Amino acid sequence: MNTLADLLDQVRAAAAEQRSLCIVGGDSKKHIGREQAGDPIDMGTYAGVVDYQPSELVITVRAGTTISDLQKVLAEENQVLASEPPEFDGKATVGGTLACNLSGPSRPWQGSIRDHVLGVRIINGKAEHLRFGGEVMKNVAGYDVSRLMAGAMGTLGILTEVTLKVAPRPESTATIRRPIDASDALREMNGTGGKPLPVTGACWHEGSMYVRLAGPASAVAAAAEQIDGSLLPDDRDFWSGLREMDLSFFAEAGDLWCISLRSTHGHLMPDADWLLDWRGARRWLAAGGGGDTLERAVREAGGELWHVRGAKNGADVFAERGEAYRNMLLRLKQALDPAGVFNPGRLYSWM
Amino acid sequence: MKTPSCRAGSGWQNSRGGAESIFVEHVNQAGKTSTANTASLAALLRELVDEHYVISAAESKRPFECDGLPVYKQMPGLVVMPASTDEVRQVMRLCHQRKVPVVVRGAGTGLSGGALPHPDGVLLSLTRLAKILEIDPGAGLARVQPGVTNLAISEACAPHGLFYAPDPSSQIACTIGGNVAENAGGVHCLKYGLTVHNVLQLTVVTVDGGIVTVGCEGMASAGPDLMALMTGSEGMLGVVTEVTVRLLPEPSHLQVVLASFDELEHAGDAVTAVIAEGIVPAGFEMMDSHATRAAEDYVGAGYDTDAAALLLCELDGTEEEVRYGIEQVTAVFRRHSARSIRVSQNEAERLLFWKGRKSAFPAVGRISPDYYCMDGTIPRRMLSRVLTDIARLSRDYGLRVANVFHAGDGNMHPLILFDQSKPGELQRAEAFGAEILRLCVAAGGCITGEHGVGVEKLEQMLDQFSDSELAQLNAIKDALDPDGLLNPGKGVPTLKRCQEYRSA
Repeated sequence: MNTLADLLDQVRAAAAEQRSLCIVGGDSKKHIGREQAGDPIDMGTYAGVVDYQPSELVITVRAGTTISDLQKVLAEENQVLASEPPEFDGKATVGGTLACNLSGPSRPWQGSIRDHVLGVRIINGKAEHLRFGGEVMKNVAGYDVSRLMAGAMGTLGILTEVTLKVAPRPESTATIRRPIDASDALREMNGTGGKPLPVTGACWHEGSMYVRLAGPASAVAAAAEQIDGSLLPDDRDFWSGLREMDLSFFAEAGDLWCISLRSTHGHLMPDADWLLDWRGARRWLAAGGGGDTLERAVREAGGELWHVRGAKNGADVFAERGEAYRNMLLRLKQALDPAGVFNPGRLYSWM
Repeated sequence: MKTPSCRAGSGWQNSRGGAESIFVEHVNQAGKTSTANTASLAALLRELVDEHYVISAAESKRPFECDGLPVYKQMPGLVVMPASTDEVRQVMRLCHQRKVPVVVRGAGTGLSGGALPHPDGVLLSLTRLAKILEIDPGAGLARVQPGVTNLAISEACAPHGLFYAPDPSSQIACTIGGNVAENAGGVHCLKYGLTVHNVLQLTVVTVDGGIVTVGCEGMASAGPDLMALMTGSEGMLGVVTEVTVRLLPEPSHLQVVLASFDELEHAGDAVTAVIAEGIVPAGFEMMDSHATRAAEDYVGAGYDTDAAALLLCELDGTEEEVRYGIEQVTAVFRRHSARSIRVSQNEAERLLFWKGRKSAFPAVGRISPDYYCMDGTIPRRMLSRVLTDIARLSRDYGLRVANVFHAGDGNMHPLILFDQSKPGELQRAEAFGAEILRLCVAAGGCITGEHGVGVEKLEQMLDQFSDSELAQLNAIKDALDPDGLLNPGKGVPTLKRCQEYRSA
């Protein structure tokens, strides 16, 4: 079990000896990003609630706390982490989730985990333990280092503590299912998204569109009346399957791609095997597809492509954004981790 | 040519020469303007940007000498107003080659001196980049240029039943580019978030004229969140030339509960209790008796002027959501000994209830020659304690305070009332303000919720951050702006300043 002093010692030693460290929380996200070498530094045991103020809607936890444990603590106060990130068999940690900026089906309506971060403590490459942000909703003092960590995949420092804004658990939810083809579903989902209804999920999977509502029971019932389709009894398995990448769609062997693009963009490559989430802003493509045609189509759509599964050994899996972007990231890496200790190559081959 | 002007009545009320203010020394140390250099730079800039928009004459530069915090004044070397992203790139490239400081500005409504010009530098005004490029109602987004005003976005998308959520009080004038630079808030942050939560993508021109797109229209972007890094960076890391904002469906129902209380503490506890009940109001505001009386005298909103505190709690959503929320909120207020509870019965009444709150700053301006607006944030549960401490300080300093408070998100705006014509009062107000911010930090909060650090709160940054944290922030600045050309002397104190302050 690592104490803070242990963690600082390991970073200090690695920097001095020019060794790289591989930051490991619950070891649940090997499938995200690139493989990497380096001596493991264990964050999974650096866990626990530091402070929880239910009436403030704010919780501070050590980074190794699992998402499942966090949701359990919140549930006792009838609260939730509204971005509903995947729990990956109870192994996913808060630190890893923020480092990968993973969010669940509610993302377009309730925000990402990055949106709910109020502050962090990090260990930088000089083995300094630093605090940025805080525990209040509004804070514009200094650069937003807390959110800079979101998506950095540990390349800019080790997250040790995270303060999150949490939300009241909605009194009730309901899901409406309707058989429909993918192109029509995209149109429908974007239409529904523009209506002032308490929507917290909209996706298309295996020939059906699913729209989830959440809020006071009376409001959910009234809103359900306004959406065509049939009520899905016991909808929790479906949404958790989507969140955990457990639906049958994800079980297929072969390549898996995830595309992030404007939700109203037309259906790409209609003959391929798709799952559409976030009302069309996140599109999963299984097997068969991919390659240059896909890359070109996504680029032209102004979207971003992530090769989730099946990338060649050593290849980059995340799209990048040109030379100025690359320079910017390399310089930031230098500013936070001058000796290049943290997770080299995990995010990009060149960083 | 249309030029933005300084707004009095916010930040430091009253426009005045700041030569005697103890603050001004921070920014006037930059050195002497070299007239010859400026003239040759102007000539080069006129090859890049329409010559009418490269302003060097003193009388034309005068309107730019301050932002919304007019206690700080500084004439810029030159004012340049480019008309496109490409022109911004060329200006940046030239300034980078010649190592000329650049201060970027939108409407200049900021309240912390963040857009205060540099005497040897270019003031880069982006008000000509003022087009709404695209609205995509289905996706709920708009692509706009940085000089578009905050309110213009909501107006343009209103026909689609959509709105842009962050609504700083200057929204009629302030630009979206400035909102991004300051991570602007407003009264709806608890439910709808700050600017950083409502922006999807930014186009950023780097200090050397490069161009980077950060964020993604699809809401998931690989790599460190550079968009969040840029948001709130006060123009110190890059120049934003295009902003894609998120638009939300206009709620079909809106109602506000207006309640008054005999004790500040009861009102503070009622705020905490509403949130603990699981209600997320769209807006949740508190005013103390000074602010209430001033506002009531000014606009006649029907406020209870005998109360110690007033709460305004707005619920929005579907009819059922709002009805549910109103029932819960009124029950909580009753439990917390509210003197009176009124629920707006129609849109006119809702707007009237809000009118008093929205007029609070100018209303306070009527009861005092000058006021100083603070912007500290605290955890809500600390409210009673911090207000008690502020009342004590008010007695110690012999200066009145009117408290206006975004109660929902813990953002306080104490207004310190003073009279600049009385010797020493300005300095007393400054010292009082600094103590209030220290109270906020000690209570677990921060020195600025939405106004930014600018030049105003550089010293308070040392209360909030350790030297190694400040060194890290400075290292980030150096990474993206190695020569320190973008808005120098703002936002993050230099190491030298830290040493001077800590040893003082």
